[in-house]
Amino acid sequence: MRLNGAGIVIESLKNEGVEFVFGYPGGAVLTLYDEIYKTNFPHILTKHEQGAVHAADGYARATGKVGVCIATSGPGATNLITGIATANIDSIPLICITGQVATPLIGRDSFQEADVCGITAPITKHNYLVRHIKDLPRVLKEAFFIARTGRPGPVVVDIAKDVFAAETEYKYPAEICLRGYTGKYIGDEKKIDRAVDMLRTAERPIIFIGGGVITSETSQLVREMVQKMNIPMTSTLMGLGAADADSAGYLGMAGMHGSYAANMAIMKCDLLLGIGVRFDDRVTGVISEFAPKAKIIHFDIDYAEINKNIAVNLSVVGDLRWSLPLFQEKLCPYNDIIKENIQKWYENVVKIHTARPFKYKNDKNNILAQDAIKKLSDIVTHNTAIVTDVGQHQMWAAQFFKVYGPRNFITSGGLGTMGFGLPAAIGVKLGRPDKNVILLSGDGSIMMNCQELATLADYNINIKIIVIHNHVLGMVTQWQRMFYGERYSQSLLNSKADIVKIAQAMGIKGFRIKVKEELINGLQQLLHEQGPVLLDIIVPAEEDVFPMVPGGKRLDQMVMGEDGL
Amino acid sequence: MKHVLSVLVNNQPGVLLRVVGMFSRRSFNIDSLSVGVTQPNKYSRITIFFQGESYIVDQIIKQLGKIPDVAAVQLHNPETAVYRGMTLIKIRANDTNRLDVLKIAELFRAHVIDVQKTTLIFEITGQDEKVSALLQLLTPYGILEVIRTGQVALERGEKTIFNCAGKTAFYSKNLL
Ligand SMILES: Cc1ncc(C[n+]2csc(CCOP(=O)(O)OP(=O)(O)O)c2C)c(N)n1
Ligand SMILES: [Mg+2]
Repeated sequence: MRLNGAGIVIESLKNEGVEFVFGYPGGAVLTLYDEIYKTNFPHILTKHEQGAVHAADGYARATGKVGVCIATSGPGATNLITGIATANIDSIPLICITGQVATPLIGRDSFQEADVCGITAPITKHNYLVRHIKDLPRVLKEAFFIARTGRPGPVVVDIAKDVFAAETEYKYPAEICLRGYTGKYIGDEKKIDRAVDMLRTAERPIIFIGGGVITSETSQLVREMVQKMNIPMTSTLMGLGAADADSAGYLGMAGMHGSYAANMAIMKCDLLLGIGVRFDDRVTGVISEFAPKAKIIHFDIDYAEINKNIAVNLSVVGDLRWSLPLFQEKLCPYNDIIKENIQKWYENVVKIHTARPFKYKNDKNNILAQDAIKKLSDIVTHNTAIVTDVGQHQMWAAQFFKVYGPRNFITSGGLGTMGFGLPAAIGVKLGRPDKNVILLSGDGSIMMNCQELATLADYNINIKIIVIHNHVLGMVTQWQRMFYGERYSQSLLNSKADIVKIAQAMGIKGFRIKVKEELINGLQQLLHEQGPVLLDIIVPAEEDVFPMVPGGKRLDQMVMGEDGL
Repeated sequence: MKHVLSVLVNNQPGVLLRVVGMFSRRSFNIDSLSVGVTQPNKYSRITIFFQGESYIVDQIIKQLGKIPDVAAVQLHNPETAVYRGMTLIKIRANDTNRLDVLKIAELFRAHVIDVQKTTLIFEITGQDEKVSALLQLLTPYGILEVIRTGQVALERGEKTIFNCAGKTAFYSKNLL
């Protein structure tokens, strides 16, 4: 089949099973957009390239498939940067197709030229600059392979403008050959035997799961391990949903704003099974004192994660889809013994968790963000995906929204990107139209990509938005309150912007609640309205997220709120 | 501790940036770097000398291994490898002291590659210590310019970098 570069891109997207792309046109991708027009390839036009890349990211997080976005050269491509970095640090598979200036113009500081490969090298899994049409099919094939295999990540394919127009005989390669990259996932089975031995003799083990469990779709296996042997389990922010919120033995999130029981259990355990985690500083507290009494076993697909942040006693490198079933099988004969060995520990830990759950104070008049999130959680079905932005509301969502099932808690974990929520929620809903999608945002975060409210309206994407409106950059004020003598430098918003009117102006419904009596009705109304709706909830400014492990402190040096909250 | 790595990479634009970028992004320092096309010529070979504790060596090898354009990474051991780098030294030498200078150079097996009325250029290969010793002896005569190439390294005997190369992967297999 003879095709031009643009045709090759579209054909390859079809071959890879891409349902639709997010993007924004411009000079360098005109030929590609012409092909999109001619083939009627499904395309979501966001209002900003950052919206497109976060939407593709949200789609990938919700479905496990590769998200695809398109941007033009120069400013179009640089507008993707935050989104690429966000996806990279959370290991999300993305393909970003960017136009580059025509080959003869490269390197001459031409109109809308930017060195996209140079800029994105440190924040991508890999990238390509395509200057010859003959390379295009192979590059696209490799890009998808690299993005979705092994530890997934974003791949940028920068294509010179003339390549879109050049023609060649198209055959999508059936195989690829990458000498330096195997996407290998099978590791050393003997390591699993050793892990079994270590667990058999442990008295106080804990399972510590992360985003890798979600990525590899192994939540069920982890759940079974907890059920069969009563091993207490805790999760990172990225692992939320792998365990059902209220399942027995599950202690909720660990780390800086983690649960009392989870953090204490990490400090006391004698064996920590880290599964698909990377021991980020937000979850370990001061690293030298993380799980000080424990032997640590690390299950991960990425060899480079082993001993990166924390020295471990045993590593099981490989895809969790390989290691966990084997681990489970080899543990089978010992399930009952292990359960017996650790019975006292399990009961103890669970008791602590029951006695000291996440809490918040009672406020007679005001709506508290925590309360709103908890009430919301109580009235939605389990088939709900919650998407968050970044700040206090994000942490309260992690603490108080009960997540059931993987891919139901969508958040920018590693990069903490404000403005991620709204566009990501678009991708989540389009990827999983069967799910109820709720965006929980803050008054600071929502403004960072509020232009995408118009995308909701234009495509009638059914997302329910809650803005936790505390009139401050809450997370910033919390730190300023605790560590900077209450000097609220540039964090009191007191904005004159009316987010409800903004929503309405963009073409979606919006309303506001202010007092406690309105809460339940407000939430009900939000959920029952047709189509996209925004609910602005006014809450007090002075709330802190507790517990909190201050930077440089051990996990058991949590600061609790007044009344030991 | 000083360490030496050979990295076999696809001979393509941008690959050096990826390798060096990884070092700077993770704040690992490079002492010397040399790059050249190798056999077969679809590969380039990068030799990197760097300092660091064993944790750093471990991370560097693992992180390099993750770059798709990197075909092989080999850590050299001073006992089993040879290291060579070249240094060019331009020195002041006139009729009165040229012979002295040449004598010193000869002791170090440095070759004369340019002779002018008032200057000489030597070429010397070998390890850093030897070169430093020569430079010290030549200093009184007036060194005008010194340039060192990064060192390169090869393991002795049958062992080659190709032994360290990962297996070729195919799309159909290992697809997650
Ligand atoms: C793009 C970006 N800029 C700055 C920050 C730093 N930051 C982290 S949380 C936060 C405040 C968020 O405010 P808001 O969205 O209102 O959430 P709240 O904490 O009030 O719930 C800021 C500024 C960030 N995470 N991302
Ligand atoms: Mg706020």
